[in-house]
Amino acid sequence: MLCQECNKRPATLHFTKIVNGEKTEFHICESCAREKGEMIPGTAGGFSIHNLLSGLLDFDPAGKSGSAGTPPAKALQCEECGMTYSQFSKIGRFGCSSCYKYFDSRLDPLFKRVHGSTSHVGKVPARAGGRIKVKRQIADLKRELQESITQEEFEEAAQIRDQIRELEKGIAQE
Amino acid sequence: MPNLRFTEKALSDWMRSDAADSEIVISSRVRIARNLQHVPFPMLASNEQSEEVLNKLSEVLQYDDVHAFGDFHTLDLIDIDDLDKRVLVEKHLISPSLANESRNGAVILSEDESVSIMINEEDHLRIQCLYPGFQVKEAWEKASAIDDAFEAHVDYAFDDRRGYLTSCPTNVGTGVRASVMMHLPALVMTQQIGRILTAVSQVGLTVRGIYGEGSEAMGNLFQISNQITLGQTEQEVIENLHGVVLQMIGHERTARERLITDSRLRITDRVMRSYGILSHAAVVDSKEAAQRLSDVRLGVDLGLLDGLSITVMNELNVMTQPGFLQKTFGEDMRTDERDIYRAQLIRDTINAAKQS
Ligand SMILES: [Zn+2]
Ligand SMILES: [Zn+2]
Repeated sequence: MLCQECNKRPATLHFTKIVNGEKTEFHICESCAREKGEMIPGTAGGFSIHNLLSGLLDFDPAGKSGSAGTPPAKALQCEECGMTYSQFSKIGRFGCSSCYKYFDSRLDPLFKRVHGSTSHVGKVPARAGGRIKVKRQIADLKRELQESITQEEFEEAAQIRDQIRELEKGIAQE
Repeated sequence: MPNLRFTEKALSDWMRSDAADSEIVISSRVRIARNLQHVPFPMLASNEQSEEVLNKLSEVLQYDDVHAFGDFHTLDLIDIDDLDKRVLVEKHLISPSLANESRNGAVILSEDESVSIMINEEDHLRIQCLYPGFQVKEAWEKASAIDDAFEAHVDYAFDDRRGYLTSCPTNVGTGVRASVMMHLPALVMTQQIGRILTAVSQVGLTVRGIYGEGSEAMGNLFQISNQITLGQTEQEVIENLHGVVLQMIGHERTARERLITDSRLRITDRVMRSYGILSHAAVVDSKEAAQRLSDVRLGVDLGLLDGLSITVMNELNVMTQPGFLQKTFGEDMRTDERDIYRAQLIRDTINAAKQS
């Protein structure tokens, strides 16, 4: 298989991207990777995918005008660190944790492409995480509630509903 | 004066133990990326801010719950010269970017070098646990426990929906990168490797080989790691990697058995030739070293060679790297001189191991 950058040398580095649930593969040779300044042979770092990423970020899924209520990408800027969306799309890295908030309207398609998903389901910090855990518990219970209603198990549904109310009260009091 | 014993020995203490499946899996590693709340990521942090991060995270080490994970040594990157940094990179204790680009960067190493905590790399905090052989679950459990200990003392940047917030969008969510380094000579020789690596990349894993000019990976070494950090739990990620690696170990074993039954003479010849060259050659470049060491390692695994152990082979993999050679024989070394010293070092190590 030939490198998709130079079409000359055999591709030796392979990446998979998930685009709307569909898998796309990137194939590139070591020279092209090195040319981009990202490859240090024999070390832990190896090739990083920032270049490929910034290619993805330039893509504007909502159209240039930001039709569907999405603000145009150009106007987005993080008020905490000052990074603009266009800088972000070039570098492929966020400037601070608030960038996630200010660029939020643009991030779902990116995360879908890179991870095939948009939200975290893993570990939660223990100290700050009590509230988050309860929220997840509520979401789970709501699914169960839906299930028991569909199954016409109304007694169980009522119990689940009470449990949800109890948990929601707990969060509201915090 | 920084504590530089970490760059004097080629092999970290953690690599010296006998570990599960170590004839195929060289090492298992888990890295967790974390950032502090309300401080810009290292790339944009001011000098004062990154210094504050360094102080804050170093302070955490004094608490008993963190200390419980062992005696740690903090090395400020600014105090370490370039050659020692290079050796730390070759031993996988720090990343190239921490060595080259960090501001107020530091690495906190445990006594046996199995835990390496990088500060002000791409993220404020990167906790890395390295284990010999196939122990990716053990590495995850330890890294996660250290993460918990840190989290008890500092506020991480975390979002309900996106999880742990990281500098690069490819790490957001769990911030967890788990990887195993595999030696797969039989799959390469029997030309099954391409098919298997393609299959692996289709289940959300990334494969990195260190390649020479041809299509053959240097030393037949491949690093398999997870690509997805959002939308999967840490357990799912670790289980997925574990399952795939387990299958690959099976395929490599089968291929090795087939090689030894179908082409015993050919494989013995290849192993012995490489052994002969390594124990007698006067000049060996890095590419040839990687290839020959791979053959000899296979020979050790297949029982075709006595006297050499997997530990010695692991040691040679690190010792033959440029930084380590310069560290051992002197800094001002041209490439051609390095090839001479490399040959000498391999000869001496192999002969010493054979005699002991
Ligand atoms: Zn190319
Ligand atoms: Zn920002």
